[in-house]
Amino acid sequence: MTGAHDQAGVLDGDPAAADGATAAAVRIEDVSVRFRARKTEVLALDDTTLRVGRGEFVAIAGPSGCGKSTLLKLAAGLLRPSSGTVSLFDSEVTGPRADIGYVFQRAALLEWRTARRNIAIQAEIRRMDTGAANRRIDELIEMTGLAGFEDAYPHELSGGMQQRVALCRALLHRPPVLLMDEPFGALDALTREQMNVELHRIWRETGTTILLVTHSIAEAVYLAGRVAVMSARPGRVIETLDIELPDQRDYAATMSDPAFAAATNRIRRLLGAEGGID
Amino acid sequence: MSSNTTASPPTGVTPHARPAASARAADLVDRSWRPLALLLALFLVWWAVTVTGLIQPYLVPSPGATIETLVDNSGYLIQHTWITTLETVVGFALAVAFGVLAAVLIVYSPTAEKTLYPVLLFAQVIPKIAIAPLFIVWLGFGFSPKVLIAILIAFFPIVISMVAGLRAVDPEMLELAATMGAGPLQTFGKIRLPASLPHLFSGLKVAVTLAVTGAVVGEFVGGNEGLGFVILQANGNIDTPMLFAGLIVMSFVGVVLFFLIELAEKLLLPWHPSRRSNAATTAF
Repeated sequence: MTGAHDQAGVLDGDPAAADGATAAAVRIEDVSVRFRARKTEVLALDDTTLRVGRGEFVAIAGPSGCGKSTLLKLAAGLLRPSSGTVSLFDSEVTGPRADIGYVFQRAALLEWRTARRNIAIQAEIRRMDTGAANRRIDELIEMTGLAGFEDAYPHELSGGMQQRVALCRALLHRPPVLLMDEPFGALDALTREQMNVELHRIWRETGTTILLVTHSIAEAVYLAGRVAVMSARPGRVIETLDIELPDQRDYAATMSDPAFAAATNRIRRLLGAEGGID
Repeated sequence: MSSNTTASPPTGVTPHARPAASARAADLVDRSWRPLALLLALFLVWWAVTVTGLIQPYLVPSPGATIETLVDNSGYLIQHTWITTLETVVGFALAVAFGVLAAVLIVYSPTAEKTLYPVLLFAQVIPKIAIAPLFIVWLGFGFSPKVLIAILIAFFPIVISMVAGLRAVDPEMLELAATMGAGPLQTFGKIRLPASLPHLFSGLKVAVTLAVTGAVVGEFVGGNEGLGFVILQANGNIDTPMLFAGLIVMSFVGVVLFFLIELAEKLLLPWHPSRRSNAATTAF
């Protein structure tokens, strides 16, 4: 997959403007995933369906081990479904897809590269034009507040800063869809809030479609336009909630918004673990 | 705007310190005075037992006699040191080439792993020193059997460390590479190989000292050149000052080669935890 750079026109605009009438960014239909562990078969995902529209921010919330991460790996093509179909932008996913950005819970940085060169690996592997890539890196460093830390090695960076580097790396080629697997799960509460605010701003600024997996109900509701709630294993989407909050979300104001409370309560009830999760 | 202009600045970042020359010198003194003091103490014990006549000079020569031998025979010793060093370096370099290649094969091909690994382990059980006479029979008294023994003896730690290194790569990093559309060569060159280097270097440090041993063993078994030959001949003549001189030069070769590997490691892996600034690792 080449030429992922220079789709800027489509992706940097207003998310609504880029929103095709019908084309879904991510379409997961009737997908089941079975893992064979020794002699027993584990059903990780059971007949799951999820659609994410272009420019949408969708969060997947669910208990541990419900197959949330499996869902993301399916979308990235890192995993093949046992049955059902997965497609990105109406082309079926048959192997690892390069037209995505992926962020793991751990930053997964190359410890021999500085922050800047960790971001640049995306450009190197894709053989992007060096000048354009460098300008894009400057832009992302500025956008994520990494300025001044470009030449630090990963071990010199805090968890939050490492995750910012991972985010820049995932955004470098302006992927039409960003898949995030509990990206802030390993951060302390304060850093996590800060990263939530920044991610929401980045989503508004770039218009990228984001599919985010989280086990934090508050994070899901604050960030997403829609939240897909999954059941415990075998995982399936039991309900999808539209979050009735404005696109421009102030963190403190959102936390005390009645719509926020209603949505988090609803999700808690769905998960059958009132107060037990998050 | 980034939010860290309003919120507290990101924490947990240690400045990227580049120590000044004076600080480096102080660091060098701090690291080297203890081993030097120990060596000096051993030297004094050596001097004391010989000067008091506690041990006969034909068993342990005095430091003075040894140094005299070193100086008087410097040309002879340099000539033979050169031979041993060459055998060692050539053997070591070939062991690195073959070892790394074998490790890559083992990691990338399950068939190669199943075939090579058990044989490698078995070969490691055979004492290489015991095969040395056979190599002399096959290859004569020249340069090649010594190199071959050096290769054989240095090969194993290199393979083992390189296999461990190539396997130490973060699996999520490999998945990320896949989402970037990386081919196998790119994944190897940009991710797997650099990730394996710290492991490889710890193997190289073991291997290079073993390579010296290999070359010297080869010289013991057959030949008329090299430090092994010098020691063996001095032994036959009960020329203990020369024996000691040979041992000292041989240790010197091993130490220099070891530090060359350390230097290469320092230059190639400035990022590695073992190379991080002392301020972060020492408590006081």
